[in-house]
Amino acid sequence: MTRLVVSAIGPASSVQDGGRHGAQRYGLTPSGAMDRLALAAANALVGNASFTAAIEIGPFGGAFTASEGAVRVGLAGALRNADIAGRAAASDTSMTLADGETLTLGFARGGSFSYLALEGGIAGEPMFGSLAVNARAGLGSPYPRPLQAGDELQTAPANAAGECRIDLPLPAQGPIRVVMGPQADEFDQDATRLFLDSEWKISATSDRMGYRLEGPTIKHLHGHNIVSDGTVNGSIQVPGNGTPIVLMPDRGTSGGYPKIATVITADLGRFAQIPPGKSFRFEAISVASAQEEARKFAKLLGSLLDRPRPIATFDLNIEALQGANVAGAAVNAVDALTWQIPSAADLSAQD
Amino acid sequence: MAATLAPPRILPSGDSAITVEFSRHIDDAANQRVLGLDRALASEAIPGVTETVPTYRSLLVHYDPLQVDFGVLGEKLVALAQAAEPATTATRHWRIPVTYGGEHGIDLEDVAKTLKTTPDDIVARHIAADYRVAMIGFTPGWSYLSGLHRSLHMPRRQNPRLLTPAGTISIGGVQAGVQCLAGPSGWHLLGRTAVRTYQLHRDPIFLLEPGDRVTFSVVDADTFAEQDRAAENGEIIAELMNP
Repeated sequence: MTRLVVSAIGPASSVQDGGRHGAQRYGLTPSGAMDRLALAAANALVGNASFTAAIEIGPFGGAFTASEGAVRVGLAGALRNADIAGRAAASDTSMTLADGETLTLGFARGGSFSYLALEGGIAGEPMFGSLAVNARAGLGSPYPRPLQAGDELQTAPANAAGECRIDLPLPAQGPIRVVMGPQADEFDQDATRLFLDSEWKISATSDRMGYRLEGPTIKHLHGHNIVSDGTVNGSIQVPGNGTPIVLMPDRGTSGGYPKIATVITADLGRFAQIPPGKSFRFEAISVASAQEEARKFAKLLGSLLDRPRPIATFDLNIEALQGANVAGAAVNAVDALTWQIPSAADLSAQD
Repeated sequence: MAATLAPPRILPSGDSAITVEFSRHIDDAANQRVLGLDRALASEAIPGVTETVPTYRSLLVHYDPLQVDFGVLGEKLVALAQAAEPATTATRHWRIPVTYGGEHGIDLEDVAKTLKTTPDDIVARHIAADYRVAMIGFTPGWSYLSGLHRSLHMPRRQNPRLLTPAGTISIGGVQAGVQCLAGPSGWHLLGRTAVRTYQLHRDPIFLLEPGDRVTFSVVDADTFAEQDRAAENGEIIAELMNP
């Protein structure tokens, strides 16, 4: 059977899809892609449904080899140097690996995660309707853990269609928008102002459970222990040390720290892509505005399957070369030692 | 009578979830109202609601903002919460066998010392109580129980352990717990059970539901080992005391 073999892979890379929903009441977190728009774009490039399982590639990149047949892949998300057997390749395009050819992806530039979708998807056994890896719960298929060199993903052989590219609207460049609460009243006006008026950075000790923020210390009004309540993707909880943590798709389903605000749905992927060390700000908007943005975001997601356009090989190579030229000056702030896995105890109060 | 219930607070958890807060504290009456609203939503679905997550004091309601907006859903949830009967009765009663002390409950002796009594007395107080699953969270199957006897209330450990065994039966603060997967915990470990509250490839995958009644019984370490092997093969082990 046609396979994509993982020849090399950096940490924080795993099979992800739209996630598993409906079991948070049993403590099972949804998991799923950190950047849903990029996942959907990668899938659109190879004609898959938007949230088909794909390879979520962490900051360090990897190499993938087609075996027993040609494999067509779609690449989207963080920009990287990419080449297939020495030919430069571009993000936001589909490409076909001939049997035995290797796609090599370098460090992420200006982002953290890329998605490599396989035409025909990845063969696996869904659990709660999802192949997404949740290593702590032993879930995920074909491997219930992050990918390792030597792993093999079974897929469909490439069809003979030409390659495509997808043009996405430029992501918003402004602050990361939040809705204040649910525990906004655990913080006084000064703490709230400090949260909204400060520059923040994402700590390198972040992962799929949560992004720790670097910036000022946010003080609580009544101490840091609240009685546990439910969390969502984007919950910004403030633990005892006053350093906020933004909960990501592998979060605990409940947490015992006050949550000052919540990142809006439309900005979650953009937030997930902020590389460690880069400054950003938060901006509070109303629930109504956030819901308007959520509707626009859903519309954009829904439009992706119509967006891929055929490309000539010539155009593809020009694109790729331009991308490769930019790469020379780029430096990634993350290294393999600092991108580590904090314990669950660090990230959520057990209550 | 239902009309006299105080309205819960409706708090936004972003644009796609609402926290329906009944109390800021661990409070049995609040938990009964959380579970009551949860049951009401299960039997009388509101369009757009996708998932509910009960906790001690609040119900987190996930919804699709394309189908219903915050203001409309918030009003519906308040009305339903004020009309819903608190869940004072459990639908199911599980008896969970526990081997206490020794290597399986490494804090039992210390708990007894702290409370100036014997390990046997601690076990007797732990199994005498009638518990209810107040919420499940943190990691899959981690079941938080209300109903711990007042004399067993004690602060959590100063230094949480980074790894505690699967099946740990523990107490912390005013709560008792049934832990499923190995993982970190700051609670006092009294014993272990072979019962898996979460097990893939078993039907049901999740054994306990929020609102279920739970009691404990004592088994020796050999029985635990035997039950653990059976549980590994998919046996439920916990006894359902009412059909």
